Amino acid sequence: MIGDAIDNYQVELLLNDVLETHGYDFLEYSHASIKRRITRLYALDNFVSFAEFRYTIKSDKQYFKRFLEEITVNVTEMFRDPSFYKALRNDVLPVLGTYPFIRIWVAGCSTGEEAYSLAIVLKELNLLNKSLIYATDINPSVLEKAKKGMFPLNYLKQYSENYLQSGGLKDFSTYYTANYSLAKFDETLNSKMIFSTHNLVSDHSFNEFQLILCRNVLIYFDKELQHKVFNLFDGSIEKLGYLALGSKESLEFWPKAKEYKRVKMEKIWRKL
Amino acid sequence: MAQTVNSIPCAALIIGGSAGSLDVLLEIFPNLKKDLGFPIVLVIHRKASNESLLTDLLQSRTTLKVGEAEEKELLTAGKVFIAPADYHTLIEDDCSISLDYSEKVNYSRPSIDVTFQSAAEVFKEKLVCILLSGSNADGVEGLKSVNNYGGKVVIQNPNTAIMPYMPQQAVLGVKPNVVLDSYDMADFINNLNN
Ligand SMILES: C[S@@+](CC[C@H](N)C(=O)[O-])C[C@H]1O[C@@H](n2cnc3c(N)ncnc32)[C@H](O)[C@@H]1O
Repeated sequence: MIGDAIDNYQVELLLNDVLETHGYDFLEYSHASIKRRITRLYALDNFVSFAEFRYTIKSDKQYFKRFLEEITVNVTEMFRDPSFYKALRNDVLPVLGTYPFIRIWVAGCSTGEEAYSLAIVLKELNLLNKSLIYATDINPSVLEKAKKGMFPLNYLKQYSENYLQSGGLKDFSTYYTANYSLAKFDETLNSKMIFSTHNLVSDHSFNEFQLILCRNVLIYFDKELQHKVFNLFDGSIEKLGYLALGSKESLEFWPKAKEYKRVKMEKIWRKL
Repeated sequence: MAQTVNSIPCAALIIGGSAGSLDVLLEIFPNLKKDLGFPIVLVIHRKASNESLLTDLLQSRTTLKVGEAEEKELLTAGKVFIAPADYHTLIEDDCSISLDYSEKVNYSRPSIDVTFQSAAEVFKEKLVCILLSGSNADGVEGLKSVNNYGGKVVIQNPNTAIMPYMPQQAVLGVKPNVVLDSYDMADFINNLNN
């Protein structure tokens, strides 16, 4: 087994190749989890040697697409952490509702479940009409899925439980139509979404927002990279705007954290 | 086969368990000495909802400090780190923790395999892993890695497990260094040394 495993030096080589040939920089990702992704892919695709694996990633564009898809963790859920959505519904969005226009950035949106959840809350608060959700991700294939707004039907039971726990009052099934094994979400929801690739490691800020959500993305980055991304967000949030992170993520050790105030128990901060 | 207990070096102890493992933990924890020279990481399958229950329960039985493992937190001796529900817990070379929200492994998140495997590479022959009661086979692959990297594999005696399947699979699939009855575990742990 040890013979098969990929060692730290090989991970480094591979990530340097990826940066040089494809322009994606994964060098500051948390080492243990990126190494696990790489080892997993290597085993999954039955490569005979590391050299072969490395060469394929470097030279085969089609395979690199797969590499990107598998290396970035795209697991997501609608209304994940219901108490978080409850806080958005009760404490954050009503405040933003007093503004003439609401710009929201969902960074690392994966297949879009988070953006659709947000749109549902906005709709129920009568705010969707004056909102715009920018949903971005490093991985172009998840964005293709997100645009379609179709999610596997067998997850919908869990999603509708999450929705109810988050303070949702409607019958969740009014938001989608079942289509074979997929649930297609109401098009009014994604009429207010703009999907685009954006790499948090290398791309710049592109607008000013009243709310940025970046949940379960920063756990994959090392501390320095996390701080760089916080600075990027800081430059993209309006005064008195909000930043929302995943339930295990925190602004705590970032030098500018003092300029932000935590909203109650949730991982939501307001820029002072 | 079992070596004399006090010769086992330990830089970190990882305990994995599923159904039926809580009883064992509640038996072990009151008897652990308070100056353990290594950290303990617990990877226990449970529902995402009872977030702090396990932490509170164990904290009430021990003088060791018990807390949920935090993203980028450093493993320190004498502290108990509980893998948070719904995330995998990985160990970095610098002994810090990385959380990971990727696919479930063996239908589980946290998966015991994932933590055992990543700790095996970091601590090598100074890792001790204990697998407790459970009704699936999570942990078995992880123990194989621990074995390969020279760490110590400890398995709860399946006859003393409420759910013997998990330790049974481990005994069949991995060469254990030690098989322990649950009431011998606290002593075993107290005698490991850094
Ligand atoms: C675990 S998903 C989180 C999805 C969603 N935010 C949630 O919490 O359910 C992480 C997402 O971050 C994206 N990601 C990883 N690295 C990124 C980067 N450098 N820039 C932008 N997105 C990135 C991945 O492609 C993936 O879709």
